[in-house]
Amino acid sequence: MTDADILSRFTRILRDLLGDESIVLRRETVRSEVPGWDSFAYINFIAMVEAELGIKFRIADVEAFENVGDIVANAKTLLK
Amino acid sequence: MDWLLPAPDFRGALSDALKTADPNLRLAALARLAQFRLSYLETIQLDRALSAIATQPRGFQQVRLALLGAATVDHLVPAIRVAGLRRSLTVNIHVGRFGQYRQDVLEATSPLASFGPDVVLLAPSYREAIAGVSLGASRRESEEALAGTLDELRGLWRAARTRFGCTVIQQSYLDVTLPLFGNHDRLIAGAPSRLVARLNDRLADAASDESVLYLDVARWAARDGLDQWFDTARWLHAKMQISIEGSLPYGEAVARLLGAHYGRSKKCLVLDLDNTLWGGVVGDDGVEGIVLGEGSAAGEAYVALQEYAKGLAARGIVLAVCSKNDPSIAESAFGHPEMRLKRSDIAAFVANWADKAENLRVIAERLNLGLDSFVFVDDNPVERARVREALPMVAVPELPADPAHYVRCIADAGYFEGTALTEEDQSRTDEYAANVERDALRNTAGTVADFLGGLDMVTTFGPVRPVDLPRVTQLINKTNQFNTTARRMSAEEVAAAATAPENLVLQFRLADRFGDSGLVSVMLFEPADDDRDVLSLRNWVMSCRVFGRELEIEAMNIAVETAKSRGVRAFRADYVPTAKNSVVGGLFATLGFTETAGGSADGEHWALRLAEYEPKQSRIRREARADD
Repeated sequence: MTDADILSRFTRILRDLLGDESIVLRRETVRSEVPGWDSFAYINFIAMVEAELGIKFRIADVEAFENVGDIVANAKTLLK
Repeated sequence: MDWLLPAPDFRGALSDALKTADPNLRLAALARLAQFRLSYLETIQLDRALSAIATQPRGFQQVRLALLGAATVDHLVPAIRVAGLRRSLTVNIHVGRFGQYRQDVLEATSPLASFGPDVVLLAPSYREAIAGVSLGASRRESEEALAGTLDELRGLWRAARTRFGCTVIQQSYLDVTLPLFGNHDRLIAGAPSRLVARLNDRLADAASDESVLYLDVARWAARDGLDQWFDTARWLHAKMQISIEGSLPYGEAVARLLGAHYGRSKKCLVLDLDNTLWGGVVGDDGVEGIVLGEGSAAGEAYVALQEYAKGLAARGIVLAVCSKNDPSIAESAFGHPEMRLKRSDIAAFVANWADKAENLRVIAERLNLGLDSFVFVDDNPVERARVREALPMVAVPELPADPAHYVRCIADAGYFEGTALTEEDQSRTDEYAANVERDALRNTAGTVADFLGGLDMVTTFGPVRPVDLPRVTQLINKTNQFNTTARRMSAEEVAAAATAPENLVLQFRLADRFGDSGLVSVMLFEPADDDRDVLSLRNWVMSCRVFGRELEIEAMNIAVETAKSRGVRAFRADYVPTAKNSVVGGLFATLGFTETAGGSADGEHWALRLAEYEPKQSRIRREARADD
């Protein structure tokens, strides 16, 4: 799965989660840029990504992700 | 939730629903979508669409639910609301302040008080409950510690009821404790898993004593596997006591209790015969050729299904048969020695070659039950699809491929969630059998008058006593047809109304020569706000099993006499139309009431001056209750 594939899946999940079709996630996107993406929605997002990709993030990593690119990179290592 | 079909095109269906301008039609479309098996993300999207609808259409019961927990519960909201929608409940949810359920209930000016809940759900944490009990505690010490927790909860139940007049749901404790000894834990009085197990046992007893509804998440988790309900990562990240995926069965569990409380549980199980109640086709294989009973694994699976249906019948679920078959051949199969269901267990038996959707309508009419109280079980996917398409209000479980798992599927679907076992429930099968005899009399009697006269009916009546409360509450909350105002009441409210001396609350039983129908009607009058000599009929319900027997006439005669003897001058009554209570549409006019001003499409106002009331003749004798 390419970075672009993962990004587009992430975008789909977050759009459905927040009900906002205008969302487009890029590697450098940070949560504060996306209206409504608060800490509660973040945990929901992580859970939905885990379910979609069939992976489990380490909890410390979930707390350390600084932008969407970090999540993509981490997901890729778990997908291998 | 395997009994639900997966949504074929969720995104498309949701987008179509959202394009529907009329909010009532949009809500109906969303309710159809809620019948499918949905993921968490789909549930969130459906809930968002639901939240955008402000109107309160007819046929949907609105419920104000307060969710009070010791942990994060916000993620549980969408699944509760969608599972509610699955039962035509629109659930408006207030989430309590994090970890402050005590303050929410007890503080005079809490946000909960201004919300005004119909139902309060308490979801405390085992961590608090067993904190402070040491591993070495004696059995007596640990029981005393648990008693403290239970006393506190009892206090909260009572406070919530007194302050908000609400129904209380108490959630059991999910056991996510870790083994210390292992198997031996249950033998150590102070071991966490033993404490949680004891707590749940005693909590159920306390809930039963106080008529609190019990949400048994511990049993659900035992069924689904604890990992389906609890996720350590979510607990650590967000203090979620129920996991995000676990919110889906959790929402279903809560909505089942709400559905049972508001009369939305199913009442009738309609069964196909060939390859559903037994293996093989009786018309081809003959009675001796069908697969049923000991000696084959498949035969035992069908026995298990029959025994389960019999168990449901014993608690008041009505059984019916809908089969494509020659009627006499179908009946003859009930002579098979291994049949657990007897022909007399079946309240309505329809075997022919006609369309099953049409036959379901016939059964509904014969039993005088709404199609939305039906569950239709058929091994044939074509029949299931036909019934789903023609009768969307009928629940149709998606049976698994192997008959071995049919019974589990029906049980898991939880269609018949109940919150009481009454005398009337336990004799319902007999009651329907008696109805068959009554129908035979009706067919031979020349006129309705001959028929009613030939029944030799007698009513016993009187005030509602404590022993009557479970049945009276059940009748008020389960009755959808003969229900003048469709007001639901908690057990607590009924008890308070029945004991208030200024009220007039009457209960009626009806028996005839074919059997005793039990407690079948309740009238609840309260003094009018502006005139203490006038009684307002807050609610009047009657079981559909005794429609057309003139009980409403005799009940009104009795109510008028009783009220007159107390010096009451007049009755007022409202008729609030719902999707289902048109049977009482002309009731007050028939009984001699006059319509008064101020009515609207949402309700008619009627009044009766007792001095002008002329008792109407019924064919029901009265009998004093033995203990009065």
